[in-house]
Amino acid sequence: MAEEILRIKSLYVRAGKKEIIKGLDLNIGIGKPYILLGPNGAGKSTLLMAVAGIISGSAARGKILYFGKDISTKAADQRARLGISSGFQMPPEIKGVKLKDMIKICTGKSQSEELSADELKLAERFKLTEFLERDINVDFSGGEKKRAELMQVLLMRPKLLLIDEPDSGVDIESLKFIGTEIADYIKKNNASALIITHQGSILEYLKAEKAFVLLNGRIECSGRPEEIITHISKKGYEGCEDCKSPMKNG
Amino acid sequence: MDKRALESLKDVGIKGNEKERAGSYFLSNRSVLMSRINRSFKDKLEVMDIKDALKKHSWLRDYYWKIVDKDQDEYTKAAYEKEDGGYFIRVFEGEKVDLPLQSCMLVSADEFSQKVHNVIIAERGSEANIISGCLAHPGVGKAEHIGISEFYIKDNAKLNFTMTHRWNESTVVRPRSSALIGDSGKFVSNYICLNPVKSLQMYPKALCNGKGSAAVLNSLVFGDGGSCFDIGSRVLLNGHGSRGEVVSRTIAKGKSTVIARGMLEGNAKSKAHLECSGLLLSRNAKIHAVPELFANTPEADLSHEAAVGKIAEKEIIYLMSRGVSKEEAASIITRGFMDVTIFGLPEKLRRSVQDVMDKAIKGF
Ligand SMILES: Nc1ncnc2c1ncn2[C@@H]1O[C@H](COP(=O)(O)OP(=O)(O)O)[C@@H](O)[C@H]1O
Ligand SMILES: [Mg+2]
Repeated sequence: MAEEILRIKSLYVRAGKKEIIKGLDLNIGIGKPYILLGPNGAGKSTLLMAVAGIISGSAARGKILYFGKDISTKAADQRARLGISSGFQMPPEIKGVKLKDMIKICTGKSQSEELSADELKLAERFKLTEFLERDINVDFSGGEKKRAELMQVLLMRPKLLLIDEPDSGVDIESLKFIGTEIADYIKKNNASALIITHQGSILEYLKAEKAFVLLNGRIECSGRPEEIITHISKKGYEGCEDCKSPMKNG
Repeated sequence: MDKRALESLKDVGIKGNEKERAGSYFLSNRSVLMSRINRSFKDKLEVMDIKDALKKHSWLRDYYWKIVDKDQDEYTKAAYEKEDGGYFIRVFEGEKVDLPLQSCMLVSADEFSQKVHNVIIAERGSEANIISGCLAHPGVGKAEHIGISEFYIKDNAKLNFTMTHRWNESTVVRPRSSALIGDSGKFVSNYICLNPVKSLQMYPKALCNGKGSAAVLNSLVFGDGGSCFDIGSRVLLNGHGSRGEVVSRTIAKGKSTVIARGMLEGNAKSKAHLECSGLLLSRNAKIHAVPELFANTPEADLSHEAAVGKIAEKEIIYLMSRGVSKEEAASIITRGFMDVTIFGLPEKLRRSVQDVMDKAIKGF
């Protein structure tokens, strides 16, 4: 049994025509959350999409080992069924497909089945009860989209959560809620997570094992989350370029 | 009626059990098979064959061929020359009819050209729902259906008319309808056609003449095989404060062609919106969306949105990332696109329309 839930080796990913991820390596252990930092446009979302299989085929080359098995040729739905679940930063609006329908999809129910009491309770906790009958993401606010994405991710009972900026543009209360939900899930299910964040505000509710810094298409630095965030907030990402810390590529 | 015909009635929302309907009218070719009112609705409405109605009510002449022009085209002319039947439905003043009424037009003979004329009157303050099914008998080959319909929605009345068509690749269909809406009256028309047809052309119009009158015209069309559809909805906003909404969702598959029109004409202080979306599910299908806005006064506030294309890749991958296969994802999105909740139907009616839809889109 592999030590890691995820091991990425020499990954190259294109977004559109541009190569964004250039020979990236990254490892994630079992049962712990990790954060991913990096400037706007560095390719953080692109990396998550490549792991989830949302970007695949010739656009993503390299090895992605999940519990030691290469999943890089598997489609997004197969990876989802294996326990990799991703929340979108900009989820699409789909007319006629309701939040309720998405819940059924996430839990593997048929569309004619009703939601269970537990599912309804979860929707209540996520303050999404009123949204169940609404078309997914249509006229949802930023915060509502974030809650809906996280709820769907958790409903899939994943082993690896990929979450894109859960703490951007949400108020303090929502931030606390989202952070606590992720932390609780990880603890109860011995799951792992890779979470993209900018300020690391989510760390107040969730203790990350490690932070990765994505720069120039690679993980240029990794280490203790608080230290790295403090360093970046002082010197910016340019500071990372100059940094010759032993943590580099750790 | 034989078994196969009875079976296909379900596909257009028609029920044999009269307890679930306030009234029924069935026409097969030119024979009236049934024209009845549920006992508990006897003093709320009337349902009869148009010929009988014209004999009974001399005033009906004031409504007959008044908002559909008999000289409009060769089809209206043909219908004017020879009518095979049609229904007259009148909901009495102030009556709220909570069970749907139903009408069914069946073409069951080869080479038959069925010409029907319907007049529907919702008197002041009345409310009613009509389910209408028009279909070709499953065994019928070449045939034609021409349907003239004139709707009168008087002041403060509400009428919801939901029509389902089920033809085959040899039928030519030419509905010709108009609705006249009085002060604060509301007309909701829903049209569903999910089966192939040879050629179907219609461009019904709603005349919002009353102050604060409203028309909502929705259509869901699924073109498959070699079907040719040219359909649309027009709303003429003539009354002060009138409102209009046109929603058209079309899918084109196989070698079908769908022309989806929509027209809003603002002649008074009014507000209306037109939405026209088309989904192409095959390389050989075509959709031509033609949304038109005519504002004849600065007081008219008209808008439209139109979008035509294949299923968005982003939507498919989104669903796949939740664990469903590509094919399932496409099917869920397609079903969503044809979602009948856009019709805003009352619950009882919604369920019946949903059943029709589920049956038709099984296997997408
Ligand atoms: N579909 C695409 N076509 C072209 N360029 C893209 C596409 N998606 C992303 N990009 C570009 O790839 C780069 C990385 O994007 P992204 O992964 O979203 O960055 P991050 O999440 O780190 O802010 C950006 O420069 C972005 O503009
Ligand atoms: Mg991003």
